[in-house]
Amino acid sequence: MSRGLLSLRAWRDPILVAISLVALWQVLHEIAGDSAVTAPAPTLSHLWEMIGQTRFLPHLRETGLAFLQALAIAFGGGVLLGVVLGGHKLTGEVAEPILVALYSIPKITLYPVILLLFGLGMPAKVAFGALHGIIPVVLFTMNAVRNVNRTYLRAGRAMRLSPAQTGWHILVPATLPEIFSGLRIGFSLTLLGTMLGELFASQRGLGFLLMTAIDLHDVKTILAIAVLISAFAVATNAALLAIDRHLHRGAAADSSGK
Amino acid sequence: MSKAGWIRTVVLVAAVGALEIACRTGAIPATMVVAPSVMVLALVHTLQSDEIGMHLRHTLSAVAIAMSLSIVGGFIIGFILNWVPFLRRAFSPFLAAYYAIPHFAFYPLLIVIFGLGPLPLIVLATLFAMVAMILATMAGLDRVPRVLLKTARIHRLSLLQEIWRVRLPAAAPHILSGLKLAVAYSFIGVIAGEFILSTSGIGHEIAFAYDNFDNKRMYALILFVLAIVTTFNMAVFAWERRMLRRRGA
Repeated sequence: MSRGLLSLRAWRDPILVAISLVALWQVLHEIAGDSAVTAPAPTLSHLWEMIGQTRFLPHLRETGLAFLQALAIAFGGGVLLGVVLGGHKLTGEVAEPILVALYSIPKITLYPVILLLFGLGMPAKVAFGALHGIIPVVLFTMNAVRNVNRTYLRAGRAMRLSPAQTGWHILVPATLPEIFSGLRIGFSLTLLGTMLGELFASQRGLGFLLMTAIDLHDVKTILAIAVLISAFAVATNAALLAIDRHLHRGAAADSSGK
Repeated sequence: MSKAGWIRTVVLVAAVGALEIACRTGAIPATMVVAPSVMVLALVHTLQSDEIGMHLRHTLSAVAIAMSLSIVGGFIIGFILNWVPFLRRAFSPFLAAYYAIPHFAFYPLLIVIFGLGPLPLIVLATLFAMVAMILATMAGLDRVPRVLLKTARIHRLSLLQEIWRVRLPAAAPHILSGLKLAVAYSFIGVIAGEFILSTSGIGHEIAFAYDNFDNKRMYALILFVLAIVTTFNMAVFAWERRMLRRRGA
């Protein structure tokens, strides 16, 4: 199949999905009525209106800031921890089951603990988002570092590379595709964690707006915010997925050409 | 036990011990974290005295319903999508982006539609868990080795026989790991929903204790939930390992 056709299909599918989702939404609205699901067009225009309002922006900024800080901690800390755990075999073996267990528990039960430790507000949200995102980053990085082909390292030693050169020319290219997959999952989970943190005991942010909208039975706002967050998540994920596939394809070509 | 296993046990025991000492000596105030021994005592007290059984029943029944719906439904949908290439092409970009969406942002909407009660929780948890099962079923069926299917054709197996005796057993490891995820996600969905907004259930009880500064009870319940979920996950994990070993994998 030619490249051109592939890229055409790559564009066609998401557009079709988006159109069918909007159609489904419209159908749901026809069935359930205005009190449960508002129609797509009014909801989107409401969203547009909301974004223009000055009282909406501080909430958006609060959520965005919390998310970015959590993301920085999850990515930086996760890669660092993963490299350490992957580089030292015994430490990795000790830590891995603990991390996997931590990954599959409902971390929301730990949110009150985090609230007690950090107090209500931004730091608690950041900590909770980072807690969600850091584990997959650590797990993926650890596996990537563990699975570096020993032959590459031996070749590096034969060429008398300095540690810095070994890191830059061998370790980084060898581990990058795997680590990036971890970062992509970490991104989604950090967003989930930050949102969860805002839905419970928060005074600012998009999650707070969602919770106040329940009390007011303001379906339009609930849907508008949910759509805004989902659109952001899906668009970013698509971009990350494209980079991810590109990296993996490069890696596959490398290893098949050896 | 392996060396790593021993070290892990020692590390965990030491961590709990250090927390106990820090709490007893007042390095960590009781308004933040209570000592582990106090948590356990409070847990025993909680389990004996009040209506915790009712909340536990609510939570577990919602989890059980969501779990069965997502496992059975996810398996069937995954199977159909794998069987019909047209549907698969249509849905796969949607499935690939599915777990990027923070589902809990839709919980308020579910409450508005279904009212406060077990229904929005079950829907939330099923939506959260089912797609993991769909993806795992599809991945498993994709990876059935061609040679097995050819062998099945040589033996003139009927379609049902081929599915039952060749495709499903060959896909079992992937399907099992999807099942494991569906179990964990059902718990996460229900408890997180209860925690955010609900009128009963363990998650709600934890949030309620937090709101009332009842730290002892809150930590006892957190410990309880983590213990239940971890036990359940471990049981599924052990079961999966035994199944895989029996297959000689």
